[in-house]
Amino acid sequence: MTWISDNLALIASLSVEHLRQSLIAILIGFVLSIPLGWVAWRYKLVGGPIVTLTGLLYTIPSLALLMILPVITGMSAISEANLIVALSIYAVAIMVRGVVDGLNSVDPAARSAATAMGYGNTRRFFAVDLPLAGPVILAGLRVTAVSTIALATVGILVGVTNLGYLFTNGLQRRIIVEVFSGLVAVAIIALLIDVLLVLLGRWLMPWSRKDRKQKPADVTQSVQAVAP
Amino acid sequence: MNLLSDAIAWLFAPEQWEGKDGLQTLLGQHLLFTVLSVLIAGVIAIPAGWAIGHTGKGREIAVAAAGIARAVPSFGLLILLVLLFGVTHKPAAALVSFVVLAIPSLLAGAYTGFEAIDRKTIDAARAMGMTEWQVLLKVEIPLGLSLLVGGLRATTLQVVATVTIAAYVNLGGLGLPIITGLNLRRFDMVLGGALMVAVLALLLDLVLAIAQKASVPHGLVHRRTTTKNHDADHLPVQDKELT
Repeated sequence: MTWISDNLALIASLSVEHLRQSLIAILIGFVLSIPLGWVAWRYKLVGGPIVTLTGLLYTIPSLALLMILPVITGMSAISEANLIVALSIYAVAIMVRGVVDGLNSVDPAARSAATAMGYGNTRRFFAVDLPLAGPVILAGLRVTAVSTIALATVGILVGVTNLGYLFTNGLQRRIIVEVFSGLVAVAIIALLIDVLLVLLGRWLMPWSRKDRKQKPADVTQSVQAVAP
Repeated sequence: MNLLSDAIAWLFAPEQWEGKDGLQTLLGQHLLFTVLSVLIAGVIAIPAGWAIGHTGKGREIAVAAAGIARAVPSFGLLILLVLLFGVTHKPAAALVSFVVLAIPSLLAGAYTGFEAIDRKTIDAARAMGMTEWQVLLKVEIPLGLSLLVGGLRATTLQVVATVTIAAYVNLGGLGLPIITGLNLRRFDMVLGGALMVAVLALLLDLVLAIAQKASVPHGLVHRRTTTKNHDADHLPVQDKELT
């Protein structure tokens, strides 16, 4: 246990790096998923292929993606940008499904009522559809956030430094406590962000608390985590 | 797409398919790790999920446990377990970390399958004098099977992609060309390995998609044509995973 107290500064600085890389990727994934999910939900013809194709992004092993992306984008493999782009791709893979499910969960009567009140398509989307889909989208975002933070550790294998460093370094030096502290740090960061997202959701979407008819079970089922 | 043709050329070169580290050996190892860990996870998670779904108790615990399991990076867990179990038990260490990865989705599939069933159906079964075991075996399990197989599909995709990291601790599998290619900067090997993983994932998903279609009880398939409006309530839930 002395290893942890001796290396607190290292763990802290790696955590900050880790958090920055994952948060940017989660944000990019979220911002991209909303329009993609909307297109998939609005135009049923392309909707199936979009959901299937983004879902298939899952099956690309993260290590391979981190190596191949630089060849396509021209970035350096060991750059943070490379890891962030890869993580954003996985975030989109998980989130699009959640956005489509969320928009599907909106009561059509509410949508009709908004149209009847004279809401145009754009205004109705932002004022009615999106807020009502919010709770389901949030559930998808939570799964995305937790798995992105866990997945980011793979970055160390191509040389992007974050908490994954404690795993590879711990393996080389055979310090079990080092690997363990890395795991705990990742889990704590993931759970902290998860709690933050829940609180943010309660604050931004007070209507989601009253209405408990929405089955959260369906969401955890359809939105699954990506693994490294 | 020069890279892609290089990778395909690498894949189809006869020398990749020979010897101790030939692709068919790696494919076999990869498949073995995947199937074994999903099976072990199934033995643990499916009865537990069914118990939660049937009794309605312990759901919060299951959700919390699944959340923690998701937050643990498989890569780190694998290294920790390899160090803890010792070099001689590396395969066991890998299996345990993949089982931990597989449990949440399977557990969710098992209990959401039960929760998606119309309560009236279960009440009717009880009213007809079915015992708890009969309700479980004859009503809940058959009706919940489709969502369970959906969970199984998600799990399998995750595990297939993740087994690649087994090569990092010298356990072979299709991650070997990816890791070797990473060190040698041989992109054709990396992409070739990734393509093999993707093809394996697609094949497994196809088999499970067929299994999922087959797992919808006949009664539900037929009712769909006759009472369309009524079924609209719960069929979307089952179709969700079919897309």
